Amino acid sequence: MLVRIAGNLARFVLSLLAATLAVFALMRVLPGDPAAIAAGENATPEVVAGLARQFGTDRPLPVQYWDWFSGLWRGDFGVSYVTRTDISPLVADKVQVSLILVTLAMALALALAIPAGTIAAVRHNRPSGAVISAASQLGIAIPGFLLGIVLVSFFALRLGWLPANGWVAPGVDFAGFASRLVLPVIALAGVQSAILVRYVRSAVLEVMHEDYLRTARAKGLSPLGALVRHGLRNAAIPVLTVTSVQFSALIIGAVVIERVFVIPGLGSMLLSAVANRDLLTVQSVVMVLVALTLVVNLLVDVLYTIVDPRIRAAAQGER
Amino acid sequence: MQAILTARRGRRGARLAAVLAALLMLAACSAGSTGGAPADKDKLVVALTGEPVNLDFTTTAGAAIPQAMMANVYEGLVTLDQTGAIRPLLATQWETSNMNKSYTFTLVEGATFSNGAAFDAEDVKFSIERVKSAAWLNGLKSKMDDVEEVVVNSPTSVTVNLARPSQAWLYSMTTLVGAMFDPSGVDDLANNPVGTGPYKLASWARGESINLEARPDYWGAAPGIKDVSLRYFADAIATTNALSSGDVDVIYNMQAPELLSSFESNPAYQVIEGTSNGEVILSMNNKAKPFNDKRVRQAVLYAIDRKTVRDTAWNGLGTLVGGPVPPTDPYYEDLNDRYPFDPAKARALLKEAGAQDLKITFTVPTRPYATAVSEIVQSQLRDVGIDAKIQSAEFPAVWLDTVFTRHDYQMSVILAVEARDLLTMFNNPNYYIGYDNSKIKDEAAAADASDEATYVEGMKNVVRTIVEDAPVDTLFIFPNISVAKAGISGLGANSVTEALNLAPIAWS
Repeated sequence: MLVRIAGNLARFVLSLLAATLAVFALMRVLPGDPAAIAAGENATPEVVAGLARQFGTDRPLPVQYWDWFSGLWRGDFGVSYVTRTDISPLVADKVQVSLILVTLAMALALALAIPAGTIAAVRHNRPSGAVISAASQLGIAIPGFLLGIVLVSFFALRLGWLPANGWVAPGVDFAGFASRLVLPVIALAGVQSAILVRYVRSAVLEVMHEDYLRTARAKGLSPLGALVRHGLRNAAIPVLTVTSVQFSALIIGAVVIERVFVIPGLGSMLLSAVANRDLLTVQSVVMVLVALTLVVNLLVDVLYTIVDPRIRAAAQGER
Repeated sequence: MQAILTARRGRRGARLAAVLAALLMLAACSAGSTGGAPADKDKLVVALTGEPVNLDFTTTAGAAIPQAMMANVYEGLVTLDQTGAIRPLLATQWETSNMNKSYTFTLVEGATFSNGAAFDAEDVKFSIERVKSAAWLNGLKSKMDDVEEVVVNSPTSVTVNLARPSQAWLYSMTTLVGAMFDPSGVDDLANNPVGTGPYKLASWARGESINLEARPDYWGAAPGIKDVSLRYFADAIATTNALSSGDVDVIYNMQAPELLSSFESNPAYQVIEGTSNGEVILSMNNKAKPFNDKRVRQAVLYAIDRKTVRDTAWNGLGTLVGGPVPPTDPYYEDLNDRYPFDPAKARALLKEAGAQDLKITFTVPTRPYATAVSEIVQSQLRDVGIDAKIQSAEFPAVWLDTVFTRHDYQMSVILAVEARDLLTMFNNPNYYIGYDNSKIKDEAAAADASDEATYVEGMKNVVRTIVEDAPVDTLFIFPNISVAKAGISGLGANSVTEALNLAPIAWS
């Protein structure tokens, strides 16, 4: 167990290191000079050179990399030369927004997908199961932003029940915060639950044919009782894997929903930073994303061992 | 589609009911926050496109910063009214002397900066000299190149001596290079602007909104609304949704004319169409083949039906002018007749130039107007035998790099927003257009150095010479479209300065 976690941690650190190099190199290969963008369409070469000096982008690349990397080591993303502010508090702020949005959407997606997928599996040869399967197929095909636009035009514009877009910090006005979250969370959860339904369904279908389930039935448990007590736990592993992958993808993938609903999340921040060639901010946001993905993977790994004692036993066997 | 969603969720009866109940409760919480009437006449929310990256226009280019800051937080000695005429602001009056080489300004009394410091002639000297110093890193600083010295006569009188007489200089003083700063207030211009304007920065939630509050100690008339929030939207539909649902009160300088129709017929809103300084220009590289041949460029101008371009690309909004000068500039004249739509003539000119079956690359920046314009232009060029291949260029990063800096392009389209940018674009052969300015250089200089009437006549000649050479095709003047709730007054229709002037706006 400990070896396993230590191994994971080592991989975690190595991945982060590789990511710093990759993102730094990628941002330097991208066409477009940050000083030229800041100088704009009336710029003279002198002005661009002056800005490059101020930004520090005229220094040799290894110096720039080391400068950034040594800051990262101290937990400091540095000061963006484009926005002229500390990057760390800004990123921290946007991470919270994205995490609230994505966590709620994922929770809603799971709350919908687990029962729906289970029903679809249990009744897979009955019409009701087929309807759920067909609906999930359709759900996957509907892009989240489209669902978002439809939700807005119906609930916000026609009925006037909810605000159309925007973001209010929960500490400022909780009712405003919650009411603005409803539609984006549903829009984001829609596609996700459709995807997850399919995984839940196939995972449950698989365990339904296992011997231990027949044994449980033989002991006198009802079909559903047997499935809930013995089957779901086994079906959980593939679902957990998909959930973790989707979760990481959503943090950035939510940028489209952020645009539709004008939510100042990490994705929007990354987009505008790339457009302005705000290299340091882009690097910082990408590092946060890499770290988040790795943390989610680490957590899922721990969850595996909790859900499935066999993995725990195997890990102990290794030792 | 709604039916499908309902069908899908119908299977989950109880859960759906719970979700809906939660939805309804939340909706009830927010009820009342939407609707036509303002909740508070001291508050205004304005929707804008494109958030500034920082607030320091002395070191950062881009229209978003002066749009929010000028007139509101910063003021100049002079300003422009809605017709484009120069009006007093921090200077009550001014007179010229020394053969128009000296301007003496009399300053208002009692003006203060938002940090409490008094505004006087020393601040004028400091601000103008600062533009010329290395502290300013903005290409527009060249507008102050003619300034030789700034002399403080008394706390309320200051004289600016120019190297040569210049009509254009006073005009430049109405723009951001004329903004007045306090020596103790320039430490953190990116985040903490300090000016003499009617508003000061209250807070800035990056990625969301810039919030301004009226200064109780403002030297002039108090602005109509106390708290103004400038909210930034990346998506045009989200902007109109926010207006429809009551979250914003005004959409200023709207970038999606196709979304106007729902507001035009609704009495709860007013749609205001004005003009701007922005010319949508089809630029050609005058120094590279095939557009180094004047006949080929003229053929392009004859080949393009500018009215159809505007009607198709921008819903018929915007002004057709025929030359690179907006109607609010003093030397404007209607030049639509010079190059009427005439494909036959275009073909003849191309034949004469030996440029039949041309294949060119058309570099299109990733902006709504540019994409909209490019396809119709492409099809009209095809009719006269020019095969333009559209190549998209990320704006600003890639466009600035390839087209503007390296001049690596044949044809492009861009919205030139800088005010009175005629000479910036055409009196500099090293500019990306590459227009040979030998014919206009002397006349432009002579016009600038003369009195106002001669200046206007001289500049009109310069414009005619430029249009004759067809270095670019001015497709149309970009409209300034605003949509506001019906109860709002004082919103300027035209965008003649770089600022969105908030002070005159009020709820009726």
